Amino acid sequence: MGAADPTFVDALKAAVGAANVLTSPEDTLPYGFDGTAALKGPVGAVALPGSTEEVAAVMRLAHGKGVPVVTRGSGTGLSGGSVPSPGSLVLCLVRMDKVLAVDAPNLTARAQAGAITAAIDAAAGKHGLFYPPDPGSMKISTIGGNVAENSGGLRGLKYGVTRDYVMGLEVVLPDGRIVRFGNACVKDVAGYSMKDLFIGSEGTLGIITEVLLKLVPRPAVRRTMLATYATMEAAAQTVSDIIAARIIPCTLEFLDRTTIGCVEDYAKIGLPRDCEALLLMETDGHPAAVAEEAARMAEIACARGAKEVRTAADDAEAARLATARRSAFSALARVRPTTILEDVTVPRDRLAEMVAFIAEVAKRRGLLVGTFGHMGDGNLHPTFLTDERNADEMARVHEALEDIVTRTLAVGGTITGEHGVGLAKKAWLRRQVGDGSHDLMRELKRAWDPRGLLNPGKIFD
Amino acid sequence: MKASLKSLDYSVLQQCMHCGMCLPSCPTYDATKKERHSPRGRIALMRAVADDELKLTPAFAEEMSYCLGCLACQTACPAGVDYANLLETARAEVAGAGVGRTFTSRFWRAVTVRGLFMRPRLLRLAGRLLRLYQRLGLQTAFRRVGLTRLLPADLRRLEPQCPTVSPNFSHELIRPVERPARRRFRVALLTGCVQDLTFSDVNRDTADVLLANGCEVVTPPVQPCCGSLHAHNGEPGPARTLARRMIDLFPPADFDAIITNAGGCGNHLRHYGALLADDPAYAARAEAWDAKVKDVHEWLMDNGCVAPRNGLGDLTVTYHDSCHLTHGQKVTRQPRDLLKLIPGLRLVELPEANWCCGSAGVYNITQPAQSEQLLVRKVGHVISTGATVLATANPGCHLQIERGLRQAGSPVTLLQPVTLLARAYRAGMKPESLTA
Repeated sequence: MGAADPTFVDALKAAVGAANVLTSPEDTLPYGFDGTAALKGPVGAVALPGSTEEVAAVMRLAHGKGVPVVTRGSGTGLSGGSVPSPGSLVLCLVRMDKVLAVDAPNLTARAQAGAITAAIDAAAGKHGLFYPPDPGSMKISTIGGNVAENSGGLRGLKYGVTRDYVMGLEVVLPDGRIVRFGNACVKDVAGYSMKDLFIGSEGTLGIITEVLLKLVPRPAVRRTMLATYATMEAAAQTVSDIIAARIIPCTLEFLDRTTIGCVEDYAKIGLPRDCEALLLMETDGHPAAVAEEAARMAEIACARGAKEVRTAADDAEAARLATARRSAFSALARVRPTTILEDVTVPRDRLAEMVAFIAEVAKRRGLLVGTFGHMGDGNLHPTFLTDERNADEMARVHEALEDIVTRTLAVGGTITGEHGVGLAKKAWLRRQVGDGSHDLMRELKRAWDPRGLLNPGKIFD
Repeated sequence: MKASLKSLDYSVLQQCMHCGMCLPSCPTYDATKKERHSPRGRIALMRAVADDELKLTPAFAEEMSYCLGCLACQTACPAGVDYANLLETARAEVAGAGVGRTFTSRFWRAVTVRGLFMRPRLLRLAGRLLRLYQRLGLQTAFRRVGLTRLLPADLRRLEPQCPTVSPNFSHELIRPVERPARRRFRVALLTGCVQDLTFSDVNRDTADVLLANGCEVVTPPVQPCCGSLHAHNGEPGPARTLARRMIDLFPPADFDAIITNAGGCGNHLRHYGALLADDPAYAARAEAWDAKVKDVHEWLMDNGCVAPRNGLGDLTVTYHDSCHLTHGQKVTRQPRDLLKLIPGLRLVELPEANWCCGSAGVYNITQPAQSEQLLVRKVGHVISTGATVLATANPGCHLQIERGLRQAGSPVTLLQPVTLLARAYRAGMKPESLTA
């Protein structure tokens, strides 16, 4: 049965309230896509539950009628993970947006799945605490989506990713049961670490409805610097040297020339347009440590031929620089109608060669590419600037992606560092993980969700 | 030329890559948490119309009307989507098809958009009659005996919101040409429609600050409406007619700048080039015109505004950004800097200063419930600052927030930045109180 079936819709309305069930085309069309370019799907119906109990009630109904369910938060995902499958019910959790509690003595926060990532950090900040994972969309992305995709961000190098902060989860299973995993204990080895199975499960195993997060003390100071280079290799070498010098900065981000131009067009913060690469470096922590690290990083950058190293005058300028970097992907959309974003990640010592390879592939295939990413953790975002209506060009984009994936896997990298497999990377998963691992993932999915109701067609078929 | 989403360059629609960065900036998404009420949701609907996946339904029309047109999404959008263009095109298509119109809405649209706001003299006559109604105590009397109940529903709802009409209009306060002691520039002053009827004193203040900064001020006594009301409400034809009349009246080559002091008008005034791009007789002049249009704060600050010697005493002021000044024209720093020039004036930042107040052109008429929610939110923030004066630079915002503050029983005074500056200049000449 499809989600648009009138008896199913009536039952949904009884479960979550008529105002929170959407069926008209004007209401449902805008749920047909997420943040991924060139992907959309037909929406059967949309339900916006207000509580875990309502989510469970919806799942019991969907399970009873065999209706597929695609969960979504703010729809900012970048691998098509929340693009609806045919006939599916879109379960949108944005109404469940409360940061329920910050437990300062235990350094934890509890939030509903629809809570906005930045709101959680803001709530932590009131207690002098910090929630570090900061995906580009943190001002609107939901924590449930972050956990489901195991999102990264600009601070991954020093602080890790979403997984490193999840202490507990409340999950609604495909049949509507509500289960809880984990707790506020720093140590806990009771049974399988079930929460870890759900982190990065992309909505295929259960619906995350509440999260318990680890917080850390808010760093006392932060210093942000901008270094510009005449070549990308010099920027990459700076990063290698900084890490070799046993410095782990909070952030080491890079932008190439194309990306710099687009970001500056948007943010107008005075980024230099006359350089081939730009490094955004940030160190945070104790004032003395920050001062020393910043001085050494600037020294290393200069030794590697940085044309200029500029330090942000204050927190406001630092925030503007970080915000500008977070806008890089969207800003690239200024150039051409369609932006195809990649997320390949390689061991850090292969980074410079990978960046050069991407530029070479784009040239060989006659394509325009803007590359930026998290240089400190090897996570690259080559972004093809193209037009989805040009079939010939799109074919060349796919060939270029194939080239990049092949090289990435050859150097021991991964097809996705932080965006997830979803629909966009599905074709390459088996190649990366191997037959044994791929089959095991599918067996696990079948054991959990034998009827294949949760986010069907994502990660694998 | 018939405006339609289908005839629009498709790349304008494609420019939106639905990343969702606009969502937190959108007041209607914030209120409902439904994608349809977000910028990217609306663009998806527009694209569906262009792609023949969706018809021009009443629900589509209602959605285009529910958008404030505040353009906060344009500030938030890293991809540079021209949302204003998309919204105007969609509204024009809806208006052209007559979707979702009632007889009364057609009637009032004809009276206002196609009638009064096309004929400045008629608009002033209507203003005079309104003032007569207000001055003769008829308003109070009508309200007391409940005669306003006889008005049609639309008017009855609007009647209490109706602004007090000024005793004199701009042409009675400003001579056609006024010259400063030492002339640096020659500028044209646009007096606006609502501004002319209700804030002609602000126009006088604008002329005064321009004169004090070495500008010869040219202010023709009868000026057409700039057409923003028409363009924003799906009437591109009349908007073009008015743009041509404006260019004829103010040949851009004759002035160093064409000065506007109303945020809402200013944003439209800067886009005559696009509006008249297909008119060979006007296209080049329209481009030249766009380059000459300056918001008064921008013009003053960019040309080294003279700091007044005297202040207005100790004054705590907060500033509300009009949407089309900040999101449309990107003028955010200059009005604040201008206020800071006044000795003794302490500027405190307003929380959510650039969040729409709900006035939004005719939005408080077409979408009263949502407008009221935004107004209450804005008024709460204004009161929280502890400021005694709220400065804002758009007549719509001025009227809306003033009404909200009075409803809330707040004594905060509303003034436009140029008025504060003009009073400070005058205070340098002779002592004068703030409430002069």
